[in-house]
Amino acid sequence: MQFDSFADFIDMGGHGLYVWLAYGTAFVAFAASYFSVRQAAARQREALRWQANASNSQERP
Amino acid sequence: MGLKQFWHKLGSPRWFYEISRGWIIGFGVAAFVLLSVGVVWSLGFAPQDYQQGNSVRIMYVHVPAAMVAQSVYIGMGVAGLVLFVWRMKLADIAIGACLPFGIFVTALALFTGGVWGKPTWGTWWEWDGRTVSTLVLLFLYIGIYALREAIVDIELRGRASALVAMVGTINIPIIKYSVDWWSTLHQPASFTLTKKPSMPPEMWLPLLVMALGVYCFAGHNILSRMRIEVVNRERGTQWVRNLQV
Repeated sequence: MQFDSFADFIDMGGHGLYVWLAYGTAFVAFAASYFSVRQAAARQREALRWQANASNSQERP
Repeated sequence: MGLKQFWHKLGSPRWFYEISRGWIIGFGVAAFVLLSVGVVWSLGFAPQDYQQGNSVRIMYVHVPAAMVAQSVYIGMGVAGLVLFVWRMKLADIAIGACLPFGIFVTALALFTGGVWGKPTWGTWWEWDGRTVSTLVLLFLYIGIYALREAIVDIELRGRASALVAMVGTINIPIIKYSVDWWSTLHQPASFTLTKKPSMPPEMWLPLLVMALGVYCFAGHNILSRMRIEVVNRERGTQWVRNLQV
């Protein structure tokens, strides 16, 4: 471990703002990227289910 | 399976749908493990730089983002060539799927570069060869995205975006050699395939872990988007109707 205390870790030897800004932005961007794909997949599953139900009800009037 | 057979199967969206599930899970798990280890390692355990202090930790985000930004573009250029020569539908889907992640990771490379530049160079932005050519990369990604949004005809859209993707690959060697051609603020490459890294293993090992993690994340993201688009385009077919969703 490179740091003596938690405060030291946050401060990053005076470069805390830059280090945490870089890692924070990366985290937000990766999370957004992951969840947007998940959401698109979920939306598609919903649409396919709807399509399947619609065609089923057509077959059995 | 022979190479020729593999090539033919790649043209089948259904085959891609079936095979990609395993790849997506694999890339996803690998990305999660590698990035978790890499973040803890690079933030807490990698050594400080004797000149830059702790701001060197930004490298572990910036360098992988920049590497993947260029690799994804190369992948898109190759997909463009495949689409142009063989008219493979999956290549068109691949171009579309590369764009959102490409835009995001290039923007991240530029942003983290600025955040690293401020404490190191004393400025957020410099009109330096590498920053400008990376900005051009971002504009290429956005340009192809806009082009695909603007053209309705699927055939024309594919060919137009494939052409721009291919032509734009000229920018990749420019990014690579920019630090040698215009020697301004950006440091030259610390990693090459042929030479020993110019940093100690305590630094390049976590960097390697982070880079592999971002590559796996890119694989997960792009293949997931391709899979969604494959199903989208094949919605009328029997095999998609038979899917248990």
